[in-house]
Order: sequence, then structure tokens, then C-alpha cells
Amino acid sequence: MSARVRRLIDTAVGVVTFAAAILAICPLLLILGFLLYQGVSAINLDFFLHLPKPVGEAGGGVANAIVGSLIMIGLAGAAGLPIGILGGVYLAESRDRRLPWLLRFVADVLNGVPSIVFGIFAYTVLVIPMRRFSAFAGGLALGLIMIPIVLRTTEEMVRLVPNALREAGLGLGIPQWKVSLRIVIPAARAGIITGVMVAVARIAGETAPLLFTALGNRFWHQGLDQPIAALPLQIYAYAIAPYDDWHRQAWAGALVLIALVFLASLAARLATRGRTVAR
Amino acid sequence: MGDGIYVKGLEAWFGDARILKGVDLTVAPNAVTAIIGPSGCGKSTFIRCLNRMHETVPGARVSGQVLLNNEDLYAPGVDPVQVRRRIGMVFQKPNPFPTMSVFDNVAAGLRLAGVRRRSRLQEEVERALRHAALWDEVKDDLDKSGVSLSGGQQQRLCIARALAVDPQVLLMDEPCSALDPIATARIEELIHDLKKELTIAIVTHNMQQAARVSEWTGFFLLGELVEFGVTKEIFTTPRDQRTEDYITGRFG
Repeated sequence: MSARVRRLIDTAVGVVTFAAAILAICPLLLILGFLLYQGVSAINLDFFLHLPKPVGEAGGGVANAIVGSLIMIGLAGAAGLPIGILGGVYLAESRDRRLPWLLRFVADVLNGVPSIVFGIFAYTVLVIPMRRFSAFAGGLALGLIMIPIVLRTTEEMVRLVPNALREAGLGLGIPQWKVSLRIVIPAARAGIITGVMVAVARIAGETAPLLFTALGNRFWHQGLDQPIAALPLQIYAYAIAPYDDWHRQAWAGALVLIALVFLASLAARLATRGRTVAR
Repeated sequence: MGDGIYVKGLEAWFGDARILKGVDLTVAPNAVTAIIGPSGCGKSTFIRCLNRMHETVPGARVSGQVLLNNEDLYAPGVDPVQVRRRIGMVFQKPNPFPTMSVFDNVAAGLRLAGVRRRSRLQEEVERALRHAALWDEVKDDLDKSGVSLSGGQQQRLCIARALAVDPQVLLMDEPCSALDPIATARIEELIHDLKKELTIAIVTHNMQQAARVSEWTGFFLLGELVEFGVTKEIFTTPRDQRTEDYITGRFG
């Protein structure tokens, strides 16, 4: 092959991959742009501070839905993060081969399970026995969705920690469990938090599993064992309603949802800057 | 004071592969014993057996006896964690804990063993850093990250970290192979000073280094201890032809 042909192919591959990369982010930019275009007009201070207004009345906000989403993300995190993170550490640190292989397989299957299935599960184990929709049920469904995501990302991140660090700890006469918890986890911290943020972003937008667990609520939350509002539910309710005013609020709600996830990711990134093993 | 280590019939495996084929050797107290040999001869595996690090790798097994102060480290009921507190280790590549400061690196062994008192920690950290000939260079930067130091400093930090838990024996697995000649010279000087207080076993690829720092030398080949004796004699009048071939550079 002559040098000219090679250079030609080189350029062609560069152009094609570049074009593919641009095409890949196009939908994302379009969605963001459209959201901004449609949603910004309905966003004002009231939107963040007030309850929804009855049909026909202008204004009102989604403050209860924002609070409800935060509460359920908190519940989901409280249930899912310890299990996901510690389980991930086990998968990465265990010297056993068969059980981790099985757990990994199950986690991957769970990662692919449609989120509504987790909702049905929470509905069956919490909503039916308690005879009411509740924040607990919504939190459980979201927590279950988080676990396999956090489990697998934590495992990958803990695996990236060089073995030399484990040996340094063991060589000092530090027991294995302390090496894992005090040396390996801190070294993988930034990666683990990134995984957690991915999981939070994922559940923050989940709607289907909340439809028959949290149900939604047009008022401030009245206790964790009561139906509770959530941003995606509110967006859903507004979007399918026949009122222009509500449509605008649905767009604004979607914009707020994305902004919240974006800010949370950014904060986590900044908080864990540096201090990582990936030097 | 350091203690000697007496090794009898030591065999080590990775899965089905026998890495050490029955090694008998004595690591003399308060002296430096060098382990030399070509790559893959089992010299790293050998010293990793001395503080029960070998078994931390999946599929690894050990048999035979390793006596420290007449106590068999492989006897049933012996806690490998306790063994490693008495026999410290320095590795080939400097491996300070990246999330910890210089101070915390040195204090890690004590802290994770339950020492909480700040004054005690400060005392021990300074003592260990002075011992490792690093104190003067880092005393104003104790809060800086351990990985911000130069390679040679990082390796001395790792030595200080090992010394802080007050071991009787220090194992060094090619501690200078990632360092430049000046940093290497400093470590060698340090080894010379440290043997007054503890026993040292050092694996090295560098035969000049073995000749410079050690009193005793063992030559390993294919998992066997070919020759063991006073360093000067090994390098001037080796008894085994294979030893002579190796130290004169005919192979390896």
C-alpha cells in the first residue's frame, strides 16, 4: 500500500469516527435545547416554592414533587448504597471464584430487568400488606434498581486499585477486612461515587415503578407511610393532561429534573477531585 | 534487636507449579542476607514465604518450616497478621497509600492496629522517619500527600511505614529496582544503619548491590538454593559452577 493511499484511509477513518461522535451527541443536545426552549418560560420562583394549583388556576409549582423525589432518592440510597457498595467490594476482593461469578451474573440480569418489575415487587411486598401507597414502597423500588448498578460499578472501581496497595497493607500486619475498608475503598472513592451518581441519576428519572408504589400526591408529604409526590410522576400527570398550562409545567419539571441530576453529579465530581489511584 | 530466621525444607506452590523445591537457609540476626538469582528463580517467592505473604495470592500454598525465635510461623494456630507485624516488608515499587498524607502513611500500621493517642503516634512517626533517613526532608511537609514525594523518598517512606510497627525483621523485595543510582545509594546506606537494630533479608537483581550491602548471600536457581554462604566468599570463590556462571554474567 502506498503512503498516499494510507494517508487517505487515515483521513477517512478520522472523518467517519468524528462524524459518528457528533451524531451521537446530537440527540442529547437537541433534547436539552428543546427542554430549555419549552420549559424555561414556566420556571420562576413559585415553581420551586409552591404546591400545584387546581385545574384552571394559573401558576403554582412542583415544590412537593421536588421534596418527594429527594425523600425517595434518600430512602433508596439508605437501602441500596450500603448493600451495593459493600457487595461490590466483596465481588472485587473475594478470593473465591464461584459465588462472585454467580452474583455478578445475577446483578447483570437485574441491571437489564425493566424498572416496572421492581415496582411490582415493591407493590407486592409493601403496598399490599400495608394497604396503602407510600414513600417507603417507592424508595424500596428505587433502592432495588440502584443495587445492581452500584454493585457492578463499585466492583469495577475496586478492581482498578493496584494490588501493590493491598500488599502494602497486608505486609504491615493489617487484617484483610481493614485493608479492604480503610485502604482499598478510600483509594477507589472517586470511582465509587461516580457509580453512585450514575445510579442516582437513573432512579431520579424513573416513573414506571413509582406509579403504583409512591402513587403521587398533590400536597406536601404527610409521612413516609403515605402516598408521596415525585417529579417524574408530576411530569407524567401534567404531560398527559389536556391543559396547555400543565404541558408547560411538565416541560419545566423535566428541565428541573435534569438540572438536579446535573448539579448532583457536578458536586460529587468536585468533592472527589484528585485523591484517586488513577494517576 | 533483630531475630534470626531459620528456614527448613521450604516448598511453595502456585496451583500445581512448584516454585520452591525445598529450601534450607538461615537469615542471621542483625545482619543483611541477600537473595540473588535470575528472574523466575523463586527468590521473591522465598522472602514472601517468610512473612506469610505468599499465601495471600489465590492458589498459593506453602509447606516446610520457618522458625523465628524457635517459633514455627507456619504452625497451626499462628495468625499471619501477627507474623507480618513482626516481619515487615518493603516492595519493589514504592507503594505509599495514595489517599494518605506522609504522616498518615507512617502512622497507618499503628492506627489500624488500634493506637489512637496523638502524642504516641507523633512520637512513633518521627522515630520511624528518622530511622528511614527521611525526617529532615519531610518534617515540614507531613501533611502533604505521600505520593507527592520523589520515587526515592517514597521508597524511604515505605521503609518508615514498615519500621513504625517495630518489626524484628525487614524483608526487602528488590527495593531499589525502580530508583535512580543516587536514591539507590541512600537506601543502601540506610540498610547499613538499620541492621544494627533489626534483621534484613533483601532480594536483588543487582549483584554489585548484594556484594555492597550484605554479609550473607544465597543464590537461587529454578526454585533451589544452589549456594549459600558469606557474601565475600560467594563472590570471590563460589563452590558451585552455576553460581560462578551467574556472578560472572554467563547467564541470567
